[in-house]
Amino acid sequence: MSAALRVISPGLLTTVQDFGRPGYQHLGIPVSGALDPFSLYAANVLVGNAPGTAALEVAYVGPTLAVEADSVRLAFVGGKVAIEILPDATASAGTLIGSMESVRLERGAVIRVGSLWDSAILYVAVEGGFDLPSALGSRSTYLRGGLGGWHGRALIAGDRLPLVLDRATDRDEFRLDDVDLGAPARFRVVLGPQHDYFSESAIADFFAREYTVAAGSDRMAMRLDGAPIAHARGYDITSDAIAPGSIQVPGNGKPIVLLADRQTTGGYPKLATVISADLPALGRLPIGAKVAFEPVSIEEAVEARRALLQQMHTLHEKLVPLSLPAATVAARLQDANLISGIVDGRSEAA
Amino acid sequence: MPDYRLLHAGDTALVVEFGQGIDRRLNAKVLALARRIEQNVAAGRLVGIVETVPTFRSLMVYYDPLVLNHAALAVRIDELVRDLQPAMQAGRVWRLPVCYDPCVAPDLEDVARRTGLTPTTVVERHSAETYHVYMLGFLPGQAYMGDLPAELDLPRRATPRLTIPAGSLAIAMNMTCIFPLQSPCGWHLIGRSPVPLWDGEAGKALLAPGDQVMFAPVSLREFDQLCAKVMARALKIEPIATGVGVAA
Repeated sequence: MSAALRVISPGLLTTVQDFGRPGYQHLGIPVSGALDPFSLYAANVLVGNAPGTAALEVAYVGPTLAVEADSVRLAFVGGKVAIEILPDATASAGTLIGSMESVRLERGAVIRVGSLWDSAILYVAVEGGFDLPSALGSRSTYLRGGLGGWHGRALIAGDRLPLVLDRATDRDEFRLDDVDLGAPARFRVVLGPQHDYFSESAIADFFAREYTVAAGSDRMAMRLDGAPIAHARGYDITSDAIAPGSIQVPGNGKPIVLLADRQTTGGYPKLATVISADLPALGRLPIGAKVAFEPVSIEEAVEARRALLQQMHTLHEKLVPLSLPAATVAARLQDANLISGIVDGRSEAA
Repeated sequence: MPDYRLLHAGDTALVVEFGQGIDRRLNAKVLALARRIEQNVAAGRLVGIVETVPTFRSLMVYYDPLVLNHAALAVRIDELVRDLQPAMQAGRVWRLPVCYDPCVAPDLEDVARRTGLTPTTVVERHSAETYHVYMLGFLPGQAYMGDLPAELDLPRRATPRLTIPAGSLAIAMNMTCIFPLQSPCGWHLIGRSPVPLWDGEAGKALLAPGDQVMFAPVSLREFDQLCAKVMARALKIEPIATGVGVAA
């Protein structure tokens, strides 16, 4: 049988994503693609892929996958998470591995990706990529349109994702050091396009306040909870196009930031637009996270974009060969912040 | 002087806004500029454009700011706007079958009540009009068509439906739409069309901005037969005319 990763359990919402499908918004097709393209890029660097190779985007709760290939090389980049490797499906205990490093696994191995605890998003890249057809120039999954990725939908148990490579290439494993996946204290925005629908004091309020990422946020839009923003000229505009990171304010005054799967057009005024350099960090913010904004000029936004791209293009320089793991399982558990939970569990049992 | 303004939508998109409201003359300018940009990109005279998205009264221009500086883009847009010839925009004419039977038109009675017309008159008025496709958006292949006869103009429903079937024919805010996919919807549903507006496999939309659309009422029985043909991939919908000018 051809090489594949078999889905034992899919996690909360696991989809295939790459850098998206620009060029079709005039037909109503969202761009889609990775919510956090920086982490996707890093995951691909770790397994030696071209940076835009499609990978699995995991939201909040990870999948359990079985290796049905001679061997595979995987890398996990994104939120902190416990990843357990079991030698086969019947094994009761396995080995914990870290994110931000590549790992080679043999046929029959089972990978159990746990729950993310500081982020919404994790990428699972596989060396060589998935052997899936491109839809309109991209392998990104557009869920509502049933387009791209794996049959246009999120993974379900029993899916068998075909791999390009039958076996991992013969090379060292690597880890990525000094990569910051944190969130900025304030997300930078460029005012507009419809900031003239808000009074100066309402705009000042928007920048002074702190918001919370609300339930109901998804790949299409991040909903923010907080004191409502008042409109000065109503909240209906003649529908126009929606850029990534647009912050629209509907009638209830609660801002909504439009993300990868955003509808191409919409009829609410958009107060500001998150700059392209800050979108990856925004995309990985989990429900409940605090978020605040600050205005910058276009020139600052372009400089930030240049800096982020420079950081991405030099990620391979941060690869460190993974020698025999010095860290013990306990250290890894501590790294995943699970020790206290286990200790607490035992003391309660006693 | 060219009558437009430029608005930043972040560092990778610029809005060229020709005015406010839904107006065919504004829309003709938008479509003409989109075409001019497309021609210049194709000819290699404009580098750094990612894509453009025409809407009712503005064109969104997505660009790579590390290739094309926003100030340089603004200069190029100004040159292109100055010699726009919106009247040259050509569109196709379509006649699309739609079924207004109450079985597939859950809001027809309600629309009749709100407009003070009978359901039959609502259908007559709606199907007598030739509509202009202003833009595609919201869902793949979804065309915003106008203008609705004034007597059918209604605001959106107070409570949107969480899901409506694909092919739903709907009206709201002076516009009519066929929703190509199952989706949430706050519009009034007055019928259903068997015609797939979006071909996911080919990645093609049936309608394009600038097209003209007429609706041909069919019975529920004919609707079912047409749906069966669609399922068997045996329904071919062609425009009844091409190259129709749009008033500037």
